[in-house]
Amino acid sequence: MSIPQDLLYTKSHEWVRVEGDSVVIGITHYAQDQLGEVVFVELPVVGNAVEAGEEMGTLESVKAVSEMLAPLSGEVVEANEALEDSPDLVNQSPFDEGWLVKIKGSIEGMDLLDPQSYAALLEAEQH
Amino acid sequence: MKRRAHRDEPLFFERNPKRRGRQGILLPTFDGPSTQPASVLPAEVLLDDRPLWPDISEMDLVTHFHRLSQLNYAVDEGLYPLGSCTMKYNPRINEAVAGLSAFNAAHPLQPDHQVQGVLEVMWELEETLKTITGMPGVTLQPAAGAHGELAGILMIRKALEARGESREIILVPDSAHGTNPATAAFAGFRAVEIPSGPDGTVDLQALDTAMNENVAAVMLTVPNTLGVFEHRIVEIAELVHSRGGFVYMDGANLNAFVGRALPGLMGADAMHINLHKTFSTPHGGGGPGAGPVTVSEALLPYLPVPRVVKTDDGFSMLWSGENSIGSLRGFSGSFLILLRALVYMRGMGGDGLREMSETGVLFANIIRKRLEGAYHLQYDTPTMHEVVFDDSEQVKNGVHNTDIAKRLLDYGFHPPTMSFPLVVHGALMIEPTESFGPEEIDAFCEAMLAIAKEAEETPDLVRAAPHETPVKRIDEVRAARNLKVRFVDEA
Repeated sequence: MSIPQDLLYTKSHEWVRVEGDSVVIGITHYAQDQLGEVVFVELPVVGNAVEAGEEMGTLESVKAVSEMLAPLSGEVVEANEALEDSPDLVNQSPFDEGWLVKIKGSIEGMDLLDPQSYAALLEAEQH
Repeated sequence: MKRRAHRDEPLFFERNPKRRGRQGILLPTFDGPSTQPASVLPAEVLLDDRPLWPDISEMDLVTHFHRLSQLNYAVDEGLYPLGSCTMKYNPRINEAVAGLSAFNAAHPLQPDHQVQGVLEVMWELEETLKTITGMPGVTLQPAAGAHGELAGILMIRKALEARGESREIILVPDSAHGTNPATAAFAGFRAVEIPSGPDGTVDLQALDTAMNENVAAVMLTVPNTLGVFEHRIVEIAELVHSRGGFVYMDGANLNAFVGRALPGLMGADAMHINLHKTFSTPHGGGGPGAGPVTVSEALLPYLPVPRVVKTDDGFSMLWSGENSIGSLRGFSGSFLILLRALVYMRGMGGDGLREMSETGVLFANIIRKRLEGAYHLQYDTPTMHEVVFDDSEQVKNGVHNTDIAKRLLDYGFHPPTMSFPLVVHGALMIEPTESFGPEEIDAFCEAMLAIAKEAEETPDLVRAAPHETPVKRIDEVRAARNLKVRFVDEA
């Protein structure tokens, strides 16, 4: 399963990428595979504040509705509007076009894994 | 489900595409004084055009629904093993009694003395539910399970208010029914998840850590959604009570232990009972449901109204209560459903109800034993009323739980619950109930074993299922992404 080397990962299968003073967030290939085909994405409103560990949106697949938890606190500066019409981007391109939100803040203090550690986590979860 | 040749059944609108001149009944021409809608209604509620109605005859209507019913699968066809749903046969005597005009023509506003029999049915059902649960109070008002959860949590909120406390959190295990956290949120609390331990039951350590003075209640399903009995339930309840919290028990799985154990002794403060599951009343499209809630001593003052009380002069309706949380719906619940449940209980008797649960558990264990070589079992804790397999063996050949479920249609069975509980990936959650007899259980196991074999030898056959149904594989993703909830005339 693909794990881009230029991203950092959470234990709950999100990826993050620093972009200036903001952090872009998405879910990993493994996470979208576990969810199944995504049919609806509810994203937080741009301008709203989100709290680390709290629900900021939902991902609905044919199997279940899953909460999207904010991996950090901060203001939402951008949400991927393309997902409104094409929620399948989360499945087709989880690391790129299927990104979810951009939150103003830094990754400092976040419990993040490098690609190697994330690969090891996946290995462990599959057994 | 039927294998008989059948053309596609069109929508109502499509049956008479020209939408001309077909009607159910021809009414005589109206010869009274006429009023133009525009002269009596405000402009903003008037339509510019005539709405699109399906012009169809009575025969169109009858054949349409008859054909649809024949494409369906129902409890009258056989095993309906939806886990956690307890899909039982609905005995005909329930319907016969509910059809008596003394019951179905009664009006909720009739004075008590005219409807003593109706009130006695409700009172007797309350007494029976108290006996079955070992709990001292009950409300028959809630319309179904989730409504019952709300009733219970609102009573807990009121009890906390009476103590002058404003606790904010409700703890819910990760194997819980989705309605539990939804109920907590709806009642103004915040749901916090606690993880399951390695055997699938609540992790006592995790509960101990989470159970602080801000926790109002813990919501537990017993047995839980893995079909596993919470064997430390008494310890759990003692821990929660010792820190001032309440125990809400989700009674969706009561079918596992009627006559064997009392939720009252386990420490439950409130528990809903799905009459449409455990006590055989119609379910799903055949509803409505009914979700009475039994309560402990601590919650008695807060029971909803109206409710039936017994006096020296017979039975009467109590319409208000000083500390009651009030009414949850109009009048006194789905009376004819309550009646059906009581008929079932009286027909079965105490010994019969115990045997009902024992047989349900036995059948689940037979299925587990017969299928455990072919399907993977994540938790090997003893099984109660349902067993949760997963598709991890079949996934090796590219066959997922959805494919297995759809292939079951070809074998003439309703599929089990899928992808729930969420703690088991690719779950196949099977609850046979006691209703359908050992031959049906055997036939189901044979079908499941045949599918496991197909998944190994001819996986493409399973992946493309169903093959025998009038409607073949449905594109569920497209159906969910491109919702069409309104007919648009494209002709």
